[in-house]
Amino acid sequence: MRSIDLEKTPLRELNESLHQLKDGTNETEWEVLNPRGQHAVAVGIDAPVTVTIRGPVGYYCAGMNKQATVVVHGSAGPGTAENMMSGKVIVKGDASQYAGATGRGGLLLIEGNASSRCGISMKGIDIVVKGNIGHMSAFMAQTGNLVVLGDAGDALGDSIYEARLFVRGSVKSLGADCIEKEMRTEHHDALSALLKKAGVNGVKTSEFKRYGSARKLYNFNIDNADAY
Amino acid sequence: MCGIVGLFIKDKALEPRLGELTAGMLATMCERGPDSAGFAVYGAPKSGKAKITLQSPNPEKDFASLAKAVEHEIDGKAKLDVKSTHAVLTCPADKAEAARQAIRTGFPGVRIMGSGEAIEIYKEVGRPTDVAKQFDLAKMKGTHAIGHTRMATESAVTTLGAHPFSTGTDQCLVHNGSLSNHNNLRRELKHDGMTFETENDSEVAAAYLTWRMNQGLNLGQALEKGLEDLDGFFTFVVGTKNGFGVVRDPIACKPAVLAETDQYVAFGSEYRALAGLPGIEKAKVWEPEPATVYFWER
Repeated sequence: MRSIDLEKTPLRELNESLHQLKDGTNETEWEVLNPRGQHAVAVGIDAPVTVTIRGPVGYYCAGMNKQATVVVHGSAGPGTAENMMSGKVIVKGDASQYAGATGRGGLLLIEGNASSRCGISMKGIDIVVKGNIGHMSAFMAQTGNLVVLGDAGDALGDSIYEARLFVRGSVKSLGADCIEKEMRTEHHDALSALLKKAGVNGVKTSEFKRYGSARKLYNFNIDNADAY
Repeated sequence: MCGIVGLFIKDKALEPRLGELTAGMLATMCERGPDSAGFAVYGAPKSGKAKITLQSPNPEKDFASLAKAVEHEIDGKAKLDVKSTHAVLTCPADKAEAARQAIRTGFPGVRIMGSGEAIEIYKEVGRPTDVAKQFDLAKMKGTHAIGHTRMATESAVTTLGAHPFSTGTDQCLVHNGSLSNHNNLRRELKHDGMTFETENDSEVAAAYLTWRMNQGLNLGQALEKGLEDLDGFFTFVVGTKNGFGVVRDPIACKPAVLAETDQYVAFGSEYRALAGLPGIEKAKVWEPEPATVYFWER
């Protein structure tokens, strides 16, 4: 296992080493010490490796991730796993604003709470939050799944497209064009698979409600013409 | 962007390290605000004494004769401690207003940065680490401190445009964000007798809170009112003689992290600002909720 201490090694050197990794590398286990809230730790990896970060990180940790598993033993700053393509990012603590924003694939698991705008403009990523999420989460969410075991803040799913939102707790308010939808068998199955993938046990899919788009904003309503 | 740091000490044993810890926090926020910096330090108030922090573009000329001139005008003792471009004038509390008047008329080039029993305010244009060094922040002691690193958006990069802003006795405010209704609000506050030194939006927020507290509200209540009346983006950290408050606007784009232990409450725009604090590994660390007032008073 390669262990990199960010007290001694510049961040840029760590990220360059991670970027050089290719499929089939033997250096599959990495550990990062003393991140102390630094920005862009383990950003842009494209190899099936595991990076374990010991401590809190700042902005954009594991952004653009492909294939890799990045585990943060601490809290994470804004934009965690932003635009992730594939792989897995696990935050053991809380995540700040816009976690998983614009993510296209892979799994983001937040074991604590996520702040505002979680999964904003998500495009295929799966996000599982064990705690609560803040306001404006899943704003303009396009595809993918957002699973929340706790509560959701104001304006959940505002202007949502086709992403699926599953919330176990309360939703403070729904955003424009976001509505509660029926949990059919296929949704129970999909949610069950997501919970399994995230390693969440002891939670029944029947405890969740599903939210999604009412599809009323997809086309311009001529009756609203006077408003413009 | 801008960076904010704040430290409110609960355990007396940590008070001698206030300046050192604040300087460390401020240094981590250089990238968030490289153009100017400032800080307010609340030291132990001496009963019956007032402190007035002054700034001058010509400190050697202005500060040489200032104490004597003020003593003559107020008919009482005045002591001046010069720190680079700033100086702290200590005088009897009941003569503070007379001293301010004497400085305004006798030394038009000297700016009054703030005054009160506990507060000292230092701010300058330059890299935050240099500004902290210039005023020996690391050696300062006290109960609480608030610092700011500025990336200017709403008004010019000048000493007076730097934060903190102090618009009332022992009060100060730092701001990350930008207000959209500050011109209207400034007009209204002027109408009610508040005075302004700059065109800066953050100064309006500071004056607004002072105005509210002058009406008898405490810091927490004034911040609650601010949520109704201030429009725009803001994370504010506010200091009073005994208190320390934090509030974010309902959209809460501007970042904020709070940490609390038995020894202190600390604020940082990012976790990086808190990483060097003693016992941070075991602290309760959380992101303040939008449109929610947090404040601590001793």
